[in-house]
Amino acid sequence: MMSTEQQPIKFPGQVIDTPGGGILSGPIDDVINWARSNSLWPLTFATSCCAIEMMSTAAAKYDFSRFGFEVYRATPRQADVIIIAGTIVNKMAPVLKRLYDQMGEPKYVIAMGACATSGGPFFYNTYSVVKGADHVIPVDVYVAGCPPRPEALLHALIALQEKIKAGTKRERIDIDGNKLIDKRV
Amino acid sequence: MTNEELINELTTIQPNLVPEAGGEWPNLFVEAADWPKLAQALRFKDDLFFDYLFCLTCVDWKTHLSMVYHLSSTLHRHNIVIKSKLNREKPEIQTVCDIWRTAEFHEREVYELFGVNFLQHPDLRKLILPDDWVGYPLRKDYEDPINMIKL
Amino acid sequence: MIEEIGTTKEGDLIINVGPQHPATHGVLHLVITLNGETIKKIEPHLGYIHRSIEKMCESLSYRQFIYTTSRMDYLSSHINNHGCAMLVEKGMQIEVPPRAQVIRIMMDELTRIASHVLWWGAMAMDLGAMTPYFHAFRERELINDIMEETCGARLTMNYQVPGGVMADIHPNFQRRVKDIIKQLYKKLPEYDELVTGNTIFKARTMGIGYISKEDAISYGVTGPSARASGVSCDIRKLYPYEGYEKLHFNEVLHTDCDTYSRYLVRMLEIRESISILEQLVDNIPEGDFQAKTKAVLKLPKGEFYTRVETARGELGVYVVSEGGTTPYRIKFRSPGFSNLSALDMMSRGQKIGDMVAIMGSLDLVIPDIDR
Repeated sequence: MMSTEQQPIKFPGQVIDTPGGGILSGPIDDVINWARSNSLWPLTFATSCCAIEMMSTAAAKYDFSRFGFEVYRATPRQADVIIIAGTIVNKMAPVLKRLYDQMGEPKYVIAMGACATSGGPFFYNTYSVVKGADHVIPVDVYVAGCPPRPEALLHALIALQEKIKAGTKRERIDIDGNKLIDKRV
Repeated sequence: MTNEELINELTTIQPNLVPEAGGEWPNLFVEAADWPKLAQALRFKDDLFFDYLFCLTCVDWKTHLSMVYHLSSTLHRHNIVIKSKLNREKPEIQTVCDIWRTAEFHEREVYELFGVNFLQHPDLRKLILPDDWVGYPLRKDYEDPINMIKL
Repeated sequence: MIEEIGTTKEGDLIINVGPQHPATHGVLHLVITLNGETIKKIEPHLGYIHRSIEKMCESLSYRQFIYTTSRMDYLSSHINNHGCAMLVEKGMQIEVPPRAQVIRIMMDELTRIASHVLWWGAMAMDLGAMTPYFHAFRERELINDIMEETCGARLTMNYQVPGGVMADIHPNFQRRVKDIIKQLYKKLPEYDELVTGNTIFKARTMGIGYISKEDAISYGVTGPSARASGVSCDIRKLYPYEGYEKLHFNEVLHTDCDTYSRYLVRMLEIRESISILEQLVDNIPEGDFQAKTKAVLKLPKGEFYTRVETARGELGVYVVSEGGTTPYRIKFRSPGFSNLSALDMMSRGQKIGDMVAIMGSLDLVIPDIDR
């Protein structure tokens, strides 16, 4: 689903891409987005305290499998969303990048807690903390809290589902400096 | 044994121990060269029997480094603190891994955070910092303008 | 001496477990040398959650550094805060009022129950059983509700301050604690039915991970893992602090030294904690909940050390103070650091499936190890 934006070809008249897709492919895209958003499988990735709140969200009181996050996959090849629960430090950052690269498209990232958002309580005077997981991988949803309540994490998961259903475009810059528009339908 | 008895006993074994006043447990300074002999005596003498090393750390006084060993006995229930002054340019002291096995990990941590070389340690390398880290972070003169954001 | 992942000359296989792994309870990287399925050597690589707390605390005031310990061993956060608050009180000679002491002990024991219950669910899940995880979280949510009403947070409660506690207990506190004692007495036999008497569980844990008493002391193992080897090391009994000397409870000691007895020690400790709560819930003395302290705390010049019994073992806090408002050097002697150093010795000769059971029984929390 990746295309580089090209110049419209000289034809009688001009061919311009209409945003939002055509009449036939629009509803199909909507169905695909709906299906994708309702069955996201998270990767078991938890570094510190937010892991306990994530485990509480998975347990029976604040069950998140009713939203489709039923199965926790341990291998990144089978996971759709990575919930970064906990602080990322310098030694862990290459591991996180490698896990993210191993996941298959389309993949989403939720930064849970203050540490993954911006370094959190470990922002000042620490020599080993990465001040925010978005220095390493691109993040879709940020959740505030230290640790965030299970309801806050559920709110973030529903926000991610809304984001997927709306159809997103993500801009990336490849290694030669060219801009690529990654159309997520 | 009470604090005074411990200090008396240890100064008879090792005459050049320097006690330090204050604190709830006896604090004794030992030379780095005399430490192995004192450690053996602390562990194996029957009336001392310090078999539990519960804290091993290092403090950076800006002119020198000082190793601190907290010892306790599970039999007699007495505690003692042994300290040793080390030279800042070349800090070296004998390991105690063969006497107290818990020292293996603790000494590796002190090695990477302060730069103290433990002689005859079986496996002295970095434990919690990344392998290519340069510098000794917990020293007082450690500067890291890239990572450390000062308030 | 760093092994390369692959095959050695003798035909042994060197594999990685972690850092991202569902059974390692955090980010622990183990490099295991295997001969077939038998473990020959385990080498832990730490540091994947090293947040430089000790360096950071050198620039935090004596009221602020207490809360970093909540994030270290987050499952016994009240107990960690208690140790740090006790150290500041010891240094500044502050007298804690009796009401605050009793509230602190009750919060500590509730935290201990919550930690052991979550350990039970997680250990059973590591060995393949999914159901105990949900049962465990049901009890843990009740305790979290009590914490949230009084302290304001569910996991990292910044409630214990130098001088006492931050706010008085909620009027519902005593009623809720009595409810949870009743609920636990009903549910603990269920836990035993599900896991403790299970043939598969017993076969996987009896005789596995043996560590003798002398080795446990030499490696510095503390807490329930050492009490299962017969080492009497409960700080609440040996160096009692803040009211534990007046309570009647037993120190649980077993002498079998294997994984199953570490499991049994923790299950019995839950019952001991419940009996402490029963002794205290109706006898909370009236009075202040916080002693009056100066606004800016300054410890006098010198060194101070306190120890508390967390759910994992002995936590020691060592502060060297130069008389200023921030500590000059602070060192946290964490229980997991020494418990993990015994993992290699306990697992040699066992199979790789046993390694998961041993790690589960040691109850490691990795941020506690890396600080």
